Amino acid sequence: MTPGARLVQVDGLVKHFPGARALLGLGRARRPVRAVDGVSFAIESGQTLGLVGESGCGKSTVGRSILRLIEPDAGRVTLDGVEVLALGPRELRALRRRMQIVFQDPYGSLNPRMTVYQTLAEPLAIHRLAAGPEVERRVRSLLEEVGLDPAFARAYPHELSGGQRQRVGIARALSVEPQFLVLDEPVSALDVSVQAQVLNLLAELQRKRRLTYLFIAHDLAVVKHIADHVAVMYLGKIVERASAAALYGAPRHPYTTSLLSAVPVPDPTAQRQRIVLQGDVPSPAAPPPGCPFHPRCPHPKKNDRCRTEPPALREVAPGQLAACHFAEEPM
Amino acid sequence: MTEPLLRVRDLKTYFVTEQGSGTARAVDGVSLDLFPGETLGLVGESGCGKTVTSLSILRLIPEPPGHIRPGSFIEFEGRNLLTLAPKELRAIRGNRIAMVFQEPMTSLNPVFTVGDQIAEAAIVHQGLSRNAARARAVEMLTLVGIPDPQERVDHYPHQMSGGMRQRVMIAMALVCHPKLLIADEPTTALDVTIQAQILELLDRLQRELGMAVMLITHDLGVVAGTADRVVVMYAGQVVEQAPTTTLFARPLHPYTEGLLASVPRLDTRVSQVRGRLHSIPGQVPAATAWPTGCRFHPRCPYAWDRCASEEPPLLDAPGGEAGAHTVRCWLLTEPQRRERRA
Amino acid sequence: MSALTWLALAGAVAVALLVAEEAHRRAAASAAGRRFLRHPTATPGVFILAFFVTLATAAPLLAPYDPAFQIDIVHLQNHAPSAQNVLGTDVYSRDVWSRLVYGARISLGIGTIAMLVAVTAGAGVGAVAGYVRRWVGAVLMRGVDVGLAMPRMFVLLMAVALWEHLPLAVLVLLIGLTGWFGTSRLVRAEVLSLREREFVAAARAAGAGPTRVIFRHVLPNAAAPIIVSAALGIGNVMLLEAGLSYLGLGVPSPLPSWGSMIYDGEPFMAGAPWTSLFPGCAIALVVMALNAVGDGLRDALDPRKETA
Repeated sequence: MTPGARLVQVDGLVKHFPGARALLGLGRARRPVRAVDGVSFAIESGQTLGLVGESGCGKSTVGRSILRLIEPDAGRVTLDGVEVLALGPRELRALRRRMQIVFQDPYGSLNPRMTVYQTLAEPLAIHRLAAGPEVERRVRSLLEEVGLDPAFARAYPHELSGGQRQRVGIARALSVEPQFLVLDEPVSALDVSVQAQVLNLLAELQRKRRLTYLFIAHDLAVVKHIADHVAVMYLGKIVERASAAALYGAPRHPYTTSLLSAVPVPDPTAQRQRIVLQGDVPSPAAPPPGCPFHPRCPHPKKNDRCRTEPPALREVAPGQLAACHFAEEPM
Repeated sequence: MTEPLLRVRDLKTYFVTEQGSGTARAVDGVSLDLFPGETLGLVGESGCGKTVTSLSILRLIPEPPGHIRPGSFIEFEGRNLLTLAPKELRAIRGNRIAMVFQEPMTSLNPVFTVGDQIAEAAIVHQGLSRNAARARAVEMLTLVGIPDPQERVDHYPHQMSGGMRQRVMIAMALVCHPKLLIADEPTTALDVTIQAQILELLDRLQRELGMAVMLITHDLGVVAGTADRVVVMYAGQVVEQAPTTTLFARPLHPYTEGLLASVPRLDTRVSQVRGRLHSIPGQVPAATAWPTGCRFHPRCPYAWDRCASEEPPLLDAPGGEAGAHTVRCWLLTEPQRRERRA
Repeated sequence: MSALTWLALAGAVAVALLVAEEAHRRAAASAAGRRFLRHPTATPGVFILAFFVTLATAAPLLAPYDPAFQIDIVHLQNHAPSAQNVLGTDVYSRDVWSRLVYGARISLGIGTIAMLVAVTAGAGVGAVAGYVRRWVGAVLMRGVDVGLAMPRMFVLLMAVALWEHLPLAVLVLLIGLTGWFGTSRLVRAEVLSLREREFVAAARAAGAGPTRVIFRHVLPNAAAPIIVSAALGIGNVMLLEAGLSYLGLGVPSPLPSWGSMIYDGEPFMAGAPWTSLFPGCAIALVVMALNAVGDGLRDALDPRKETA
């Protein structure tokens, strides 16, 4: 794939989870939880799209839906021209080689009863990529690539630290030689110093193997470090999407601005006008009418239109989209 | 110079491990002072001993497998906490010293209303009647900024969001207007916009109630914004201690330096940022096998042979008054080694 | 009993002690094992089980008489324990000790095989019910509910009563097939929670099909309730078999099962209690040992007790 060409294209992705049913599971379904409510974006080959948002915004669901670990209700997902959502089980299994995922929880993402060797050898066996002594060679080289001593192959997950487990998770994803990697909060559960190591590793792997990343996170500072483009999600929708420079330098959506302002900065002398949003992060089972952000929106020009009319995600500057009626007059 | 509210000297809390892999020396000689009305940030990564330190102060360490070694000294308002009788200790917990934990979901009892839980401290320590305590609970809910407190006082924890529950925890802690609040990672489990709310709340309450806060966290950004002084812990020891502005402007311990350099930051320009983050090589050692000499030496870019054999004491940083900025590092005795490396 | 038999018996005790000691030593080496050892009855339970299994295995060496052999119907009928017949003789002048030893084979064998049938069925149904998302799981569980409501003993009694000369193998199979319902519930619960774990999602993301996911990822991690069910299940089956035999409907004569020995000796409880007492004690001991070991295993394997 030529760099610059679109590797991943997502259009109108929708996933609603049925709400809890009343009457002991026999009543009519209650309001569905609109986890993902029409999400579209594209990622160019070799680039990283950061997908940020707070809990309940749907970012993890987006990542899993692209891989069809969760089956989306509507929308299109294209990987290198292939319609992912239209594939049958056999073709999907073949396509799994080209897209992989790294999870957040280094403790839960490895089978506690399998050694590192078995965990890494399994994808090779599923896709028949290696046999006999070749398997051991591949496992060794994967461990070295992620910065682990090949002796770790014999270890069980509970014998490894969080950072080491996460490296194994990355090695597992790489074992099938994918083009596209969904990284679902890969460093959130790690200590600061280990986080830096793993981020460096991910950046290096991207360069070496020419990988494309969808980097899902809630930590804006981490995303700033690794993403070329960033999309901000709120209640199942993308509210702003732009290049990293534009988003961090000149955000257009009041939620983005508030989010950036809320992140604590390790500099005691920084004079910051902190915007503190009132109220709670709303539940995706009961999104507010009109603009989903309006109850908490601190924009001075907020008016009735915000309460009734949901703003469309539109281009407000070259390459920068925002879903706000007042995107031209950012806070 | 005011007297410190809390004095900890040479605190050692050890845990016996099952495996026979020896004793875990979770806290290994920690000394710190906390003055009335100030916010002290206790910073470190997992395994450094900061939570165990805070639990030791309130003697909440489970006695087997843990124990506070003799020779440790903790004094609060002039009284030695380690020699108090259980009844007297209980009179302090929740009353003079209060604690807020990280996980509001598991720290609140799911079968009692939040009102009941807040009132409990008032009933136990101040002998209020149930009605008076309930009114107090409503007052506290208002104080911590929960809307509709008259209604909310009868809600159960599961009916509230994470941010609300953390506010309830804070309300519970502050019912008796304690002199010291220990907050153990109070915002780590919360979303960043909610985190900002809680930090702002803690700040406001501290000023209104004139209490001291010991804020335990791994997040350097949180510490920079809220703490007056910072204590950095590594491997069960204090490795650096300084006023916040000094620490961030002039970190002297290589661990502090490394930590500050490896945090991804929002306030740098994007063009400067893409590329390698500084990272501290290696990982935190196990509490059962701290390295000899300086515990950080296996990961330190400046280490030389003295570091591997002799454990440095806390030394005063040059300039400034004694005790203001202390660092556990031999570089203070041979500062030229720092230049050479850099 | 000849000297050789006594020697063999001593040997059996020695083997059982060795096994128990080895088990104790190995258990002490792991955190899970130490949880097992926290039950004071766990290691004695292992000893008892090892002893009886050794008895069953080495039956020909340990039994001086053939279990069906009637020694002396005139003089040795219901004879009290003596040097020649250490546990006495029964109404047909058969040596009680020899019957006990061979009976161990039958009783333990029935227990184990029926348990295997039950556990396989239970784990299989439970895994499928837990893993498959759609209506299949719900339907299976309603079936399990019906099964749990069924009075097991009466169903077995019906089967035996209606089927002339029911072969032992079929009886064992039936016992197994009526006993898997509880296990399936436990396994299903375990599978439901395991299904959401990230390593399962990772396996699916790597392209693993449902079979591989269930057998390589889910079931090995669901082993705990299965193992505990198995340990406790053997005991249940043995009691069930004893009950059926006591009613005269279990293992056919002259095969010695502990239950049928009790049946044979029941009319003579006043005058010759040893004929029923010893097999009764054996059953009691083994079932208690199984329960003790099962309890210990349950704690040892409880994943919630595992520190991360």
